[in-house]
Amino acid sequence: MRLFDVAQFASGSLRGSPTRTLLMMLAMSIGVAAVVVLTALGEGARLYVINQFASLGTNLVIVLPGRTETAGIGPGMLLGQIPREITLDDARTLLRSRAVKRIAPLTVGSGTISRNALNREVVVLGSTSDLLEVRHMSIGIGRFLPAGDINESASVCVLGNQIKRELFGNEQAVGQWVRLGDRRFRVIGVLATQGESMGMRTDELVIVPVASAHQLFNTSGLFRILVEAKNRDVIEQARHDAEQIMFQRHGGEKDVTVITQDAVLSTFDRILTALTMAVGGIAAISLAVAGVLIMNVMLIAVAQRVKEIGLLKALGAPGKQIRNLFFAEAALLSGIGSLAGLLLGYSGSIIIGQIYPTLPVSPPWWAVIAACATALGTGILFSVWPARRAARLDPVAALAGR
Amino acid sequence: MIELEKVSRIFVVGDQQVAALRNIDLNIAEGDYVSIMGPSGSGKSTLLNMIGLLDRPSSGTYRLDGGNVTDLDDLQQAKVRSEKIGFVFQAFHLVPRLTAAMNIELPLMLAGVAVEERKARVAELLRNYGLTDRADHRPDQLSGGQRQRVAIARATSMHPSVLLADEPTGNLDQATGKEVMNLLEKLLAQNVALIVVTHDPAIGGRAHRQLHMVDGQIVSESGKRS
Repeated sequence: MRLFDVAQFASGSLRGSPTRTLLMMLAMSIGVAAVVVLTALGEGARLYVINQFASLGTNLVIVLPGRTETAGIGPGMLLGQIPREITLDDARTLLRSRAVKRIAPLTVGSGTISRNALNREVVVLGSTSDLLEVRHMSIGIGRFLPAGDINESASVCVLGNQIKRELFGNEQAVGQWVRLGDRRFRVIGVLATQGESMGMRTDELVIVPVASAHQLFNTSGLFRILVEAKNRDVIEQARHDAEQIMFQRHGGEKDVTVITQDAVLSTFDRILTALTMAVGGIAAISLAVAGVLIMNVMLIAVAQRVKEIGLLKALGAPGKQIRNLFFAEAALLSGIGSLAGLLLGYSGSIIIGQIYPTLPVSPPWWAVIAACATALGTGILFSVWPARRAARLDPVAALAGR
Repeated sequence: MIELEKVSRIFVVGDQQVAALRNIDLNIAEGDYVSIMGPSGSGKSTLLNMIGLLDRPSSGTYRLDGGNVTDLDDLQQAKVRSEKIGFVFQAFHLVPRLTAAMNIELPLMLAGVAVEERKARVAELLRNYGLTDRADHRPDQLSGGQRQRVAIARATSMHPSVLLADEPTGNLDQATGKEVMNLLEKLLAQNVALIVVTHDPAIGGRAHRQLHMVDGQIVSESGKRS
C-alpha cells in the first residue's frame, strides 16, 4: 500500500467522524499551545533580564566600594572604620591592566536643576566621556562629555531627554545654561530617548564631568567604576587585575567588591532557563493527557469499525497494514492538532506580547520542536495498543461484527 | 486447484468442543461452479472461510494452486487472499464513507497498484457492471442490487482465481438475486472457480456441482460435472 493511499484512507476515516476528530485535535492543540505559550513567557522573562543587563553595557566588570563579608566580623568593623572610598586615581590606575579597554567612573547624587523659573530634582551622574560607550548610551542632539583630563571640572552637562523637554520644551537646549545646585552649567548635548535600564531612567538623568560632580556634592569618592574588558575572553582577567590593583592601592586591604556582569547574567540565565523548562514540562503533561484521550477514542473507533477491519482483512490486508492505517490516523490527528496548537500558541504569545510590550515574548525553538515531537510521540504511542488490537482481530468474527 | 484433505475445524465453546468441519476431502478445479448447501450450523460458511484463508483448519491440509497454504503466516495469507481470492458477502460489506468507485478500488489500493492502472481498472469494472453513473454514490445511496454489483466488481478487481460468495442473494429480492447470480456466473467464462454458499435450493441448483452438508460433513454431491 502506498504511503499517499495510507494517508488518504486515514484522513478519510477521520473525516468520517468529524466531531470526534475535532475534539481530539482540540485536546492535542491545547496541549501544544500550552507548551508554546508557557515557554514563550519563560523565555520572555529570560530575554528581558538579559536585555536589561546588556543595556548596562557588554563585557562589564564593576568595582564598588566596601566588601560584603559573610564570614563574621572583620577587623575594620571593630575599629569603627568605614570602607575606604574609591578615588579617581584608583579608577585611572585600572587602565594599566592589559585586559581593560576603557573605564567609566561614576558618582551619583541628586540635586536641583533650574532654568529661569523652572526647577526640579534630578539624579546627577558624574562621569567621563567614555561612559557613552561603556553604558551603550546614545546621544540625540549635540555631543557627550568632552574627553580630556579626568580631574578637570568643566561646567558642561548632558541632559536626559525628559529633563530637556521639561526645562526647554521645544526650544533649542544645546548652548543654553542651566543651574545645578550652586553652579551654572552649559548644556552641550541631549541624550536620545532610551527608556529604562536596570531601574535607572536615562531620560531623567543629568550627566556632568566627574570632577564637577565631586565639587557639586563635596565628595571625592566614587559610587562605582564601570570597567569594560577588551573582549569576552578576558573578562575574568580584567576582574582579577582590578582586584589586584585595588588591593595594592588600598594598602593590602581587600575593601572593594569586584563583580562581573557576566557572572550575574549567567546565573540569571541558568535560573530562568530552568524555570522555562519546568513550566514547559508541566504543560507537556497536558499532552500526555491528550494522548490518553486519543487512545480511548481509538479503542472506540476500533470497536466501531470491526466490520470494516474484517473486510480489509478479507480483501487482502495483512495485520501490519491495518496497524499502519491506525498509526497513520493517530499521526494525522496529532500532526494537525499540533499545527493548530502552534497557531494557537503563537497567536497567544503575540497577544501577551501586545499586553506586556516590555516582555520579549517568543517561544524558544527547542520548546516548539519538543512540543510537536511530544504530541506526535504520545499520539502514536497511545495508538499502539488500539492498532494492535485492530490488527489482531479474527477476520471471521470481525466480518460478523463480533 | 483447491485441494482439501481431511480438513477439520474444531471450535471450543465453553468447555465443549464443537466440530464445525469433520474430515472434509474436497477438490475444486479451475472454472468449477460449486454450490454448498445445508441447514444452519452445518459448517458451510466455515468451509467457505477455510477456502478463503480467513480461518485455519484444526487438522488436515489445504493446497491452493499446488502450494500448501495450511500454515502460512498472516502476511503470506493476506497476500494469497489479495491475489487469488475474491469475496462476496450477504451483507455486501461496503465501506459506508467511500463511494462506489472507491469501494471497488480498495483491494487495488491495499495491494499497492499504481494510481493510473487503478483508475483504468475501476473505470472498466464500473462499465462492465453498469455502475458508471453511480461511481460517486455512497453505498447508502445505492439499491441492494447495485450494492451487490459494487461488491462483485470489488471482488473481481484483482482478477482472482477463486470467487467465494456467502449467501450473495440473501438480502435481495428474487429478481435482483437472479441478476446477481447471472453476473457471478459470467465470471466462469474467465475460468474463475465460483463457490456459492446458500440455503436457497433455487440458487444452489444453478451450480454444476452441488454439495450438501450436514453436521460438518459433505453428505452428498449431485449435479452435472463439467
